[in-house]
Amino acid sequence: MELVLAIAIGVLFGSGVWLVLRPRTFQLLTGLLLMSYAVNLFIFAVGLIWVDHPPLVLEPDEIDTSNYADPVPQALVLTAIVIGFATTALYLVLMIGSRGITGSDHVDGKE
Amino acid sequence: MSLPWIQHLILAPVLLPLLCGAFLLTINETRHSLKFWLNASAMLLQVVIAVSLLILVDGDYWEANIGVYLAANWQAPFGIAFLVDRLSAMMLLLTSLLGSCALLYSMMRWSRIGVHYHSLFQFLMMGLNGAFLTHDLFNLFVFFEVMLAASYGLLLHGYNLARIRAGMQFIAVNLVAALLFLIGLALIYASADTLNMSDLAARLPYLSESNLDLFRIGAGALAIAFLVKSAMWPLGFWLPTTYSAASPPVAAMLVLMTKVGVYVIFRLWLLLFANDDPSVAGFGNYLLFCGGVITIGFGAFGMLASNTLGQLASYGAIISSGTLLAVLGLSNPALIAPALFYFVSSTLGMAAFVLLIELTERSNDPLAALLAVTRQAFEYEDVPEQPVGVGIPAGMAFLGLSFAACSLIIAGLPPLSGFIAKFSLFHQLLTHPLSVDSLLFMFSVLFAGIMATIALMRFGVRTFWGSGTISARLHLSEALSVIVLIAMGFALTILAGSIFGYMERSSTDLQNPALYIERVLAEPMIPSGGKP
Repeated sequence: MELVLAIAIGVLFGSGVWLVLRPRTFQLLTGLLLMSYAVNLFIFAVGLIWVDHPPLVLEPDEIDTSNYADPVPQALVLTAIVIGFATTALYLVLMIGSRGITGSDHVDGKE
Repeated sequence: MSLPWIQHLILAPVLLPLLCGAFLLTINETRHSLKFWLNASAMLLQVVIAVSLLILVDGDYWEANIGVYLAANWQAPFGIAFLVDRLSAMMLLLTSLLGSCALLYSMMRWSRIGVHYHSLFQFLMMGLNGAFLTHDLFNLFVFFEVMLAASYGLLLHGYNLARIRAGMQFIAVNLVAALLFLIGLALIYASADTLNMSDLAARLPYLSESNLDLFRIGAGALAIAFLVKSAMWPLGFWLPTTYSAASPPVAAMLVLMTKVGVYVIFRLWLLLFANDDPSVAGFGNYLLFCGGVITIGFGAFGMLASNTLGQLASYGAIISSGTLLAVLGLSNPALIAPALFYFVSSTLGMAAFVLLIELTERSNDPLAALLAVTRQAFEYEDVPEQPVGVGIPAGMAFLGLSFAACSLIIAGLPPLSGFIAKFSLFHQLLTHPLSVDSLLFMFSVLFAGIMATIALMRFGVRTFWGSGTISARLHLSEALSVIVLIAMGFALTILAGSIFGYMERSSTDLQNPALYIERVLAEPMIPSGGKP
């Protein structure tokens, strides 16, 4: 499972980098999205991948931490998703504005 | 039991702009002056808060002169800790003063050319203040994003083609940098299981070799994210376009935002890598030094090649970032205090200069200045007709004098604060045994100073002594904000002794990571009755 996740992150990030280096704004935006997916998965994977391990402590006493997944990366990834989404949406607005004013979808505003 | 109210003052620089910015959203855009005065009073209140935090920190209110605020009363490594020490109190004061001046400048014109200027301005202040106060890496990321999101809005304020083009680059670069920031955070958490800066410093000596490698990669990724913001050489190509396109008060705030990257690097590197533990001590210092020196050179040549005052200011900001990074890279403990002085002096000088540019260009046909420089470059002999017997109008005299004062600060010529900063840096370098690195550093700083002098003089002479200038139409508020910024440069010069004392004390604090570790991790929770 680690291998699958690692390959998925690598493919997402690699495609993202390639798209970010392209000249069209839409490609750039898609690239940023793919890269942020990869980064979010990466943060999630940092807490190690568990099955059947909830991130919550349910027992009132006698806590065995090996039965629980690390909750911090999950909290981090939620925040990162929200922030990444908001900033990407902001970029989308700018992209539409730029397309309207310059009449071109090139990142420099001209062909 | 509850906290003494003074303890809550640590969080006030974050909460006040947040609440003020949110409240300003509800007021109709047509009521300019009401919005302006609300914003201005919030800024003044922030100056007051920053001054009182500075006094508290420099006095003996908190143990070891470090105030710690545990958010939601969670014990330190688990919750988010806010920390105010001498360095962050100084940065808060610098930010609020600079913000007030930028706001005053925008009173007549710039705040009215678009919507929600005042709210965005307060959110920017919130992000900046939070970045200076937080002691948690992930929280730092959040405040960075708040700051950046507000700055995207402000950069695009007064939507025109140049700003959109600059904004596309600026936002894309910063989004990629934010992703790198996250990767760095994740790796650091993976290796050390903590994101609290002091806890991280405490755990570093006990990390296993494989975790240490992960940590180094994480710290490297984090450093790239900060260096993009502080515009180190290969990462700073976005800066000239962005600075030249932004409206002047926003550009003044951008000058400060460049310095936030430098601030974070100072804070983290001194806390994590300045200790005696040989496994991580001095990590990346040599790269910082090389990058800093190349950045100084890049900025110096950029200044010479500039065709507009906006570009000139951008490259000036690049030089000042480069100098600070190179100083940190030299890893000489005696250099930190002069570096902090240089930090404050160059930020104030650059901000005043950025504001001045627009006033100068308003009274002067920018094309004429460009032509003048080009004419000089191609040795095109064209003797302009000499105006005879025309007195110097007051507006031009003011602009000329301010331009001269800013140039002195930026180029580091006596008698203003820029000179004191560079002189004290050199003094410390010369009292220690000389090495190739320190010689290289001194050479590059002197070289950049000469280049800056030449470039600034060329523009000054062509702008203020050339013919064809019309009298400047200045608003009092605009002139006043420039005067205040330059007056602070003068104050730095006159009060250099006591300010240097403060810098010395804060540099001593910064170079004692054990103090931070003890203060943050031992900060007691407030016992409650078991119920919220």
